[in-house]
Amino acid sequence: MAQVKDVLQKPSSFYDRFFRKPDRYQEDTHYCPGCGHGVLHKLIAEAIDDFGIRDRTIMISPVGCSVFVYYYFDTGNFQVAHGRAPAVATGIKRTHPDAIVISYQGDGDLAAIGGNNILQAANRGENITVFFVNNAIYGMTGGQMAPTTLIGQKTMTSPYGRKAEWEGYPMKVSELLSTLEAPAYIERVALTDGKNLMKARKAVRKAIQTQIDGKGFSLVEVLSACPSGWRMTPVDAKKWVDEVMTKTFPPGVYKDVSNEREVGSWARHLEKVPVEKYHEILGLTGTAMEVEGDMNEVPENFRNPRVLIAGFGGQGILLLGQTLAEAGMRHGWNSTWIPSYGPEMRGGTANCHVKISETPIGSPVVSEPNILITMNQPSLERFEKSLVPGGLLIYNTSMIDTKPQRSDIDILPIPATEMADEIGSLRVANMVIVGAILEKTKILQKDIVLDSLNTVVKHKKFIPMNTQAIEKGIEYVRNFKQ
Amino acid sequence: MARMEVHKDHCKGCGLCIDICPVNVIEVSKEINNLGYHPAVYKGEGCTGCSLCFYACPEPDAIVVYRKD
Repeated sequence: MAQVKDVLQKPSSFYDRFFRKPDRYQEDTHYCPGCGHGVLHKLIAEAIDDFGIRDRTIMISPVGCSVFVYYYFDTGNFQVAHGRAPAVATGIKRTHPDAIVISYQGDGDLAAIGGNNILQAANRGENITVFFVNNAIYGMTGGQMAPTTLIGQKTMTSPYGRKAEWEGYPMKVSELLSTLEAPAYIERVALTDGKNLMKARKAVRKAIQTQIDGKGFSLVEVLSACPSGWRMTPVDAKKWVDEVMTKTFPPGVYKDVSNEREVGSWARHLEKVPVEKYHEILGLTGTAMEVEGDMNEVPENFRNPRVLIAGFGGQGILLLGQTLAEAGMRHGWNSTWIPSYGPEMRGGTANCHVKISETPIGSPVVSEPNILITMNQPSLERFEKSLVPGGLLIYNTSMIDTKPQRSDIDILPIPATEMADEIGSLRVANMVIVGAILEKTKILQKDIVLDSLNTVVKHKKFIPMNTQAIEKGIEYVRNFKQ
Repeated sequence: MARMEVHKDHCKGCGLCIDICPVNVIEVSKEINNLGYHPAVYKGEGCTGCSLCFYACPEPDAIVVYRKD
């Protein structure tokens, strides 16, 4: 414990005035009389003062009564979506490892909607501190049943009292999280009598110290009175915490391995990687061939192409798209590539969307393609209508028995799968199509596309076969007669 | 001599300081404050400076404890 101060007064880590309230009340909180939040706020603010960490502390405000934490703490502040405080805290801490990141959450926020967030953050051993206020109900919304509501406890939504057979048992977060290996320190305290208040004070400080020391995840569960939600006087509510709540939620240290860990061992200071090194780290060290592309040389109906590619999973649909996007980029244009999966992942269609554009691309989604590639029957049936008039349809006659219906489009039939088979692998049907696109549309230069294979094809030994398939696609289009 | 002080206009009259005080030197005032509550008030003598009232009080600036004067 820190040295004894001569005067105990409002910690300086609180703002002088709280601008949530009208002018005359700006030195008072928005909390109800006797609310445990105020007590915990004071303990945290005092610790921030005493540790001298205000300038590097970032508080995460949750959803619930304590949503306004950022009106009180004169620190860095984030207010986050319901239950997501540990995820946001993770992001902040990982990018600012020197910051002291304090996540503050209630039981509805942490144990219900945010249950998985806290579980994963604790399991990763994030070097953050979580203060978890457990008042056994949803306070802000008017006292509904929470995961932490006690057996038999009457709430707005358990008017006959919670029954295990209907609603399960109160969720014991400290016990649950302490079964994980990664957390450094987990304790449950109760804001009740003098002895327990001092234990709470000590726990708050220890949790923050654990983070300062870089020893990993710390959480303090704080049993806290909600006189308004419980319909009790503040003094009775405090007694209820002491006499009833602690029976289900016994205070105590549930996990503490902080002494076994080296200082800084879980601090996770990332080595800063210079941008120039990205390619090297990703294994893209070869010199990428690039040119200055000119869309004016592309036939008008294929300029700034919006390409939709569809087929079975396994037909190389995504790689086909990646090849086009990579080559587009190397012409100095903007390009996007996104896979688009429907619910029918097996036996249905796998698609991807590619845009190549002289101007910045707003959305990567292609809903009205001007180039449509269909590699199998269902894709043709599904997407033929989406092609804009005058657009190009390339379809794989090896897999498609029917003819396209439309007469207002440019149609290129190609037995891509059979041609690939002749080369020696059914899997290069996608590259036959790449060759066909090259020759047909004149958007991309051949040498650039071939060089792009070095980036997009993971196993280099397949590059010659892919190259051969592209050549074959080009040759097919040259000799093609309508 | 130690003493405690209630900033009466920041007190919400919850009574937690009165309940926790081991020497029973805080009481409810008859006065109604700015916030519409009967605030707590120091009886004027007997404070030991233990500071439990400070930690039990949910309001940041309602109680100040001078441990020695």
